[in-house]
Amino acid sequence: MKPHTISVIVENRAGVLSRVAGMFSRRGFNIESLAVGTCEEPDMSRITIVVNGDDSVVEQVMKQTNKLIDVIKVSDLSERESVERELALIKVAAEPGTSRAEILQIADIFRAQVVDVGSKTLVLQVAGDTEKIEALEKLLRQYGIKELVRTGKIAILRGTKTVKSSK
Amino acid sequence: MKTGARTLIDALQREGVDTIFGYPGGSVLPIYDELYDSSIRHILVRHEQAAAHAADGYARASGRVGVCLATSGPGACNLVTGIATAYMDSAPIVALTGQVPTGMLGNDAFQESDITGITMPVTKHNYLVKDAGDLDRVIREAFYIARTGRPGPVLVDLPKDVTNGQVKAGGTAQGKISLRGYQPTYEGHVRQIDKALDLIVDAERPLIYAGGGVIHSGSSAELLKFAETAAIPVTTTLMGLGAIPGDHPLSLGMLGMHGTQTANYAVTECDLLIAIGARFDDRVTGKIETFAPSAAVIHIDIDPAEIGKNKVVDVPIVGDVKAVLQAFLQRMQKRGDTASWTARISTWKAQYPLRYREDDHLRPQYVIEVLSRLLDGEGVIASEVGQNQMWAALYYCFKKPRTWITSGGLGTMGYGFPAAIGAHFARPDLPVVDIAGDGSIQMNIQELGTVAHYKIPVKVVILNNMYLGMVRQWQELFYDRRYAYTELPPVDFVGIANAYGVEGIRVEEKGDVLEALETALAADGPYVLDFRIEREENVFPMVPAGAAINEMIGVHHE
Repeated sequence: MKPHTISVIVENRAGVLSRVAGMFSRRGFNIESLAVGTCEEPDMSRITIVVNGDDSVVEQVMKQTNKLIDVIKVSDLSERESVERELALIKVAAEPGTSRAEILQIADIFRAQVVDVGSKTLVLQVAGDTEKIEALEKLLRQYGIKELVRTGKIAILRGTKTVKSSK
Repeated sequence: MKTGARTLIDALQREGVDTIFGYPGGSVLPIYDELYDSSIRHILVRHEQAAAHAADGYARASGRVGVCLATSGPGACNLVTGIATAYMDSAPIVALTGQVPTGMLGNDAFQESDITGITMPVTKHNYLVKDAGDLDRVIREAFYIARTGRPGPVLVDLPKDVTNGQVKAGGTAQGKISLRGYQPTYEGHVRQIDKALDLIVDAERPLIYAGGGVIHSGSSAELLKFAETAAIPVTTTLMGLGAIPGDHPLSLGMLGMHGTQTANYAVTECDLLIAIGARFDDRVTGKIETFAPSAAVIHIDIDPAEIGKNKVVDVPIVGDVKAVLQAFLQRMQKRGDTASWTARISTWKAQYPLRYREDDHLRPQYVIEVLSRLLDGEGVIASEVGQNQMWAALYYCFKKPRTWITSGGLGTMGYGFPAAIGAHFARPDLPVVDIAGDGSIQMNIQELGTVAHYKIPVKVVILNNMYLGMVRQWQELFYDRRYAYTELPPVDFVGIANAYGVEGIRVEEKGDVLEALETALAADGPYVLDFRIEREENVFPMVPAGAAINEMIGVHHE
């Protein structure tokens, strides 16, 4: 069992996400994370889904996804050289004069940006792979995380290859 | 300009639709108004579920796309069981539903239901048409998707303002359809085919396991030729019955939970299993680990998702069964030596024929045997679900494809009677018989109204044991004979038939079976036969749930 990052290129139409997500839940495939958005083609969207499972489960996931008429292309990016990123916004407690400096220092190390400064809180924005975000979260926990929101993972192939061009 | 409804009817006619099974209602009024003047025949059923089953029966008997039509809300919802039935057995139907006007969508309007949402898991694809200008294209795509690749149901939801809307008049679209997200593979991979042929030549005990895909792809002739050329015995699934003549020397009958002893032993002992248009369903395999335990497996299917789903496969071949079998025949250089294997199988067949007690009691197996003799393969048999279905599958000799219409995957009681109605419109040249139980027939018995209305000559054989027989059988065997809620009080089926204006007869003696069946088959119109059978007759052989398929009960022992 390991997480697989599946890229799904779909028709940019109403209801497509629900077809994909519905198929996952009805066949008992667990979605660890999901991100949807437009892509380089205006009439297509790209869904990135992270699923956990052994190879035969992931093979079924991909085949069943491919069967959906609105699905144009399904690829398993974890098999290939790819860049994976997710984004988190973290609201951390930071009373003036206390730990602010430390938090800012940590943010700097993680190349997180301060996107909001409140009287008692800071909001940090961090992008990276799952491990990096989890590491930052762990470090900030001691100061008190008021709120945390994360996007699903998105991924792209390295080099000249694209998921649409490759087999 | 023309209306959306007119565009719809034109598009249906372009698709070659001659019959629609349907039920009118508020949101489909514009469609019905156009249907009224069209050359498409509309059969008014008595419940929308029956419309879906009839479309499905029409599709299975003909190989063409069946069409049903229902209004929004309850009408659409009533189609769902029928659509799910078609989905599980890959029957090509197009279900048309009315919908509230687009402006009211999502407002919980009167008779609104989110039928595209509801049917997402049980359709191959579905559409909610929001613009009348899309109608022609959507209908075209719907039929294309339903009948190509692995066939299946497609639903098209039609808001009333769309069917009432105006579309620029003009010809309907022609030419090839190309959907970038839907490109089925028809030709098998040549290297895989050669690999399969190598295994076939080397095998000492090869076995073909043929499923509904052989019927859907219209490749019975290719299957037979391949089996004969390579001298390989054939067992079929419930859905594959008729793919090879039941009385052919290479035919072993059905395999699985209620398979023949010969078929189940052959699977267990074969060294090469060639699955053709079949999907290793649990009712076929029993305990999957012990299914064909010593065999290499070749799996041919048009749906790549079926390959490797339940059973690890040595040679996967994605493609249309017909094209792949043709390639097999073309590329086969030599055949293996299967003489001792086929001899072994002949011994099993002689040793373990299907059997039941042949006394003077009225037993269901006897009824089916007599019917089989009378029709001699020249008829269409539909069935309900349960014991009636299994007795029909085992004791009727199917000789041709598309003559056996049954709900295999979903196991829908109430399917057979409306499916038989659909089958009649697909094959008016053939006698059509629904084999039913007293439980199942009561799930869509209102269709007596339809057969009476249109004088549809469907014959209903009720194997009446006043039980939900299959469940009772399980209770007898596995629940200490505690018949929890499976006994049904007697029903005067002949009286019900008569009240609808349908002829019928009750048969209580074995000696009256032949004459009753002859009378019914000779009658011009519909006919109901109420056979009061031995009440606690069981379906055997039987593989208990979770057992290996060679561990059968109710069988011959040495």
